[in-house]
Amino acid sequence: MMHVLPYLVAAYIFLTGCYGLATSRNLIHAIGCLAVCQSSTYVLLLAVGYQDGATAPVFSDLRPGSRPVVDPVVQALTLTDIVVGATVTALLLALVLQIAKRHGTVDPDELRELRG
Amino acid sequence: MNRLRLVLLAVGGTGLAALLVAACLGLPGFGGRSHPYGARAVHASLTRHTANTIASVNFDQRAYDTLGEMSILFAAVLGCVVLLRQARDEHRAQPQPAEVARPVRRYALIVLPVALVTGLYVVAHGQLSPGGGFQGGVVAATALHLLYLGADYRALERVRPLAVFETSDALAVSTYLVLGAAGVLAGTSFLANTLLPYGTFNTLSSGGTVPLLNAAVGMEVASAVVVLLANFLDQAVEIEEEHGS
Repeated sequence: MMHVLPYLVAAYIFLTGCYGLATSRNLIHAIGCLAVCQSSTYVLLLAVGYQDGATAPVFSDLRPGSRPVVDPVVQALTLTDIVVGATVTALLLALVLQIAKRHGTVDPDELRELRG
Repeated sequence: MNRLRLVLLAVGGTGLAALLVAACLGLPGFGGRSHPYGARAVHASLTRHTANTIASVNFDQRAYDTLGEMSILFAAVLGCVVLLRQARDEHRAQPQPAEVARPVRRYALIVLPVALVTGLYVVAHGQLSPGGGFQGGVVAATALHLLYLGADYRALERVRPLAVFETSDALAVSTYLVLGAAGVLAGTSFLANTLLPYGTFNTLSSGGTVPLLNAAVGMEVASAVVVLLANFLDQAVEIEEEHGS
């Protein structure tokens, strides 16, 4: 069980975010849900790179070869993931700000009615 | 309508959950010993004298992807600036100075220089210790905004002339491109880390072009975060709708 649990946690977080996105009544809440979906990918990536008993892949205070290290590639991918997530969140929040100003609502259902 | 949506969500969600669980069971076990990409990345990083393997992956082995990442950040900032500009039916109000509780003012002003230096330290030591341009840039940029907490919005506006930060954002992206193109001119390939000597392992100047690319990214992220926050804060503090128009 333990050898798949972290992957299942990632899947659970992703599905929770999807549920929030689909039932959201507020666009800012929906952006939060999207961030939850995205955070599941951090869990998945870091879980893929983990190795039992290994330490961080930084050799400033570690003699190379003395200990196993976790996979640095997925850690770098996670960093990329976080940066992209932050920019997407910023852009979406800016869009919501304009929607709220122009239409006076941030409820996606009311917005659909406005469009007719 | 809403019931239909929930039923659809339940069916789709269950199907997706089943597929995800099946996929999880097919993955290599958590904590396993076999990490072929990781082992090769660590080896490449050590041969190029970069102590922080993640910095080596980001700014050497996958430097081209980091260029894309920077472009995403740059484009997102551009998008936010366009979306959050002052509209025709809005005007700019002068922000009013407000009373700040004395302990808040004191601690904000004490922490500000510490946070700023920490941010710059994290950028400068990106090739040695955990951190780098992305993390340090965010720390340095948010440090400036302690002035908004400790003093007021006008004080913050005085220390961050927006035009300067917008220019430095663009300059940092160009610096990254120029460093990449320098590799082409030197006869190797775009963003190849063969331009500079690799230096002594675990010193500030080690890693070839990694510290330079790191600094460019740090500058870009710091400027981008300042510009982003400035646009959002302007909306909250300065820009108001015209009444009676």
